[in-house]
Amino acid sequence: MADQTIEPILAKSAASGAPAIAAPVVVAVPKSRRPRGLGHLLEQEHILAGALLAPTLVILTLFIAYPFVLGIWLAVSDKVVGRPGNFVGLQNFWVNLNDTIFLRAFQNTFVYTFIATALKLALGMGAALLLNQHFRFKRIVRAGMLLPWIVPTVLSTLAWQWMFDATFSVFNWMLLNVGLISQRILWLGDGTMAMGCLILVNVWRGMPFFAITLLAGLQTVNPDLHEAAEIDGANAWQRYWRVTLPLIKPIMLVVVLFSMIATFADFQLIYVLTRGGPYSSTHVFGTYAYEIAMRAAKLGQGASISLFLFPFLLMVIVFQLWYIRRSD
Amino acid sequence: MAAPRYGSPLKRAVTFYIPLTVMVGTTLFPFYWMVITSVRPDVELYNVKMNPFFTLHPTLNHFYYLFELTMFPRWAWNTLFIAVVSTGISLFCGLLAGYALARLQFRLAPSLGTVIFITYLVPPTLLFIPLGDVVKAFGIGDTPWAVILTYPTFLIPFCTWLLMGYFKTIPREIEDCARIDGASRLQAMIRISFPLAVPGILSAGIFAFTLSWNEFLYALVFLSSPQQKTIPIGVFTELVRGDVFYWGPLMAGALLGSIPVALVYSFFVEHYVTALTGAVKG
Repeated sequence: MADQTIEPILAKSAASGAPAIAAPVVVAVPKSRRPRGLGHLLEQEHILAGALLAPTLVILTLFIAYPFVLGIWLAVSDKVVGRPGNFVGLQNFWVNLNDTIFLRAFQNTFVYTFIATALKLALGMGAALLLNQHFRFKRIVRAGMLLPWIVPTVLSTLAWQWMFDATFSVFNWMLLNVGLISQRILWLGDGTMAMGCLILVNVWRGMPFFAITLLAGLQTVNPDLHEAAEIDGANAWQRYWRVTLPLIKPIMLVVVLFSMIATFADFQLIYVLTRGGPYSSTHVFGTYAYEIAMRAAKLGQGASISLFLFPFLLMVIVFQLWYIRRSD
Repeated sequence: MAAPRYGSPLKRAVTFYIPLTVMVGTTLFPFYWMVITSVRPDVELYNVKMNPFFTLHPTLNHFYYLFELTMFPRWAWNTLFIAVVSTGISLFCGLLAGYALARLQFRLAPSLGTVIFITYLVPPTLLFIPLGDVVKAFGIGDTPWAVILTYPTFLIPFCTWLLMGYFKTIPREIEDCARIDGASRLQAMIRISFPLAVPGILSAGIFAFTLSWNEFLYALVFLSSPQQKTIPIGVFTELVRGDVFYWGPLMAGALLGSIPVALVYSFFVEHYVTALTGAVKG
């Protein structure tokens, strides 16, 4: 990625009659002024690059690469808190696949990811189209829209939990007073309803991200194209499908992939709103791994659950890298 | 879409004002709910007959409870300290790495760029269990350093990615001119390119600050004693005892925990949006 942009610039500066700038720039510096010692070493681009990247690589190796390897080891061990683990092969994975709560979590993770992402995309696109129009207070509305995305998810989810409270739910109060229901709805009372609520809160929180990034995409669409299409007789709907959508498809795809990863690996929203309940019916990979590793102290078993996130993540990452390469 | 021709007012209301109002209302309602809950006295909160949308007897009791009977001020300080230091570390690393990847010629540049992009997409959920062991092995479990050193795992890739994109937009020729005037490679970087990247640094910093202020999983796993907790963890774990939720103080804490990020955000909306969109475009 980096070298692709460097080459054309060098070629350009060389062509414009400044060959001294290309390749080893050191040549252009008079010998007497060339720095000595460490400074001299840092004149060489690959050494400077090494020095600049060192802090990043140290942190990422210690806290991402090493834990990742350790995680794989834990997943094939019977480690529990407080004593060393032994290699047990794929036993943890076998246990998982025979655990009904795990299978439910497996299914929930995919349901949660796909439904929530689809809704966020649809509503986010709608919101972006609204925000792309001219109206008063547009800046304030746009800024306010992002609030659910900005504030700590745990804290806003607690507010939702209070709104879904079994006895004091404000939604129930409204529905009862309007006369739409005669009995309180237990919003988080059974697995299906609770999943619905989780998806609702996730959409509420994540939709602004879609809206604002898609809005940025919409703003790059040249209005002339719309005018041209309109002159050719295209109605608003056709203009959207045939002109706008193809132009913002790349950014849409990237936003969807980012959101899918985040939703797939979600932990906090579910953990705060339902803690995987009622009766372990709303667990996803993240919360169930936490439950097994931290509450039941079975680190090996928990790590094997987290690892189920990996194949899907890998697929999305590979696809995304392929897509970036292709569009470069 | 640019030309303001919208047809009849009725059509405009149905296709624009009504959806917009619904959207804004839904977005902001939970925040209204935090505010109103935090000032209603308990007798009203737990009485289903009362209209829950307002109160005639606003009280600051829940805030008093939060400040006097919990460690909320301490959590607020921890959150701020952790967010500032981990953002600082991440900006420092991300600035240097972003510059190197965008500007310097070396063989590994493309593959390192890819590696950093991949780490950017690795979610904490995948790593928290083994990372807990690593943190313990370093002897920093249950100290602020447990999260200060682990937050950069998702902040650095983000900062690097954003600043790399930013450096690519700064014309290379500016630095080349400085080089011809006798500046060393390092001087050109520090004196010429870094000052030009300040808007990008600001965007990355604000975004990183809000990410670390809001982080939950690592803080939940690595920080256990009440005086070490951050606001999201403290409010969630210390104000819910068993099955009892202290809704008044909970909402007061949620409100106070949200205000600082909302304030920082409101001052730098444009920078934040740049970071948000830059983060996905790369």
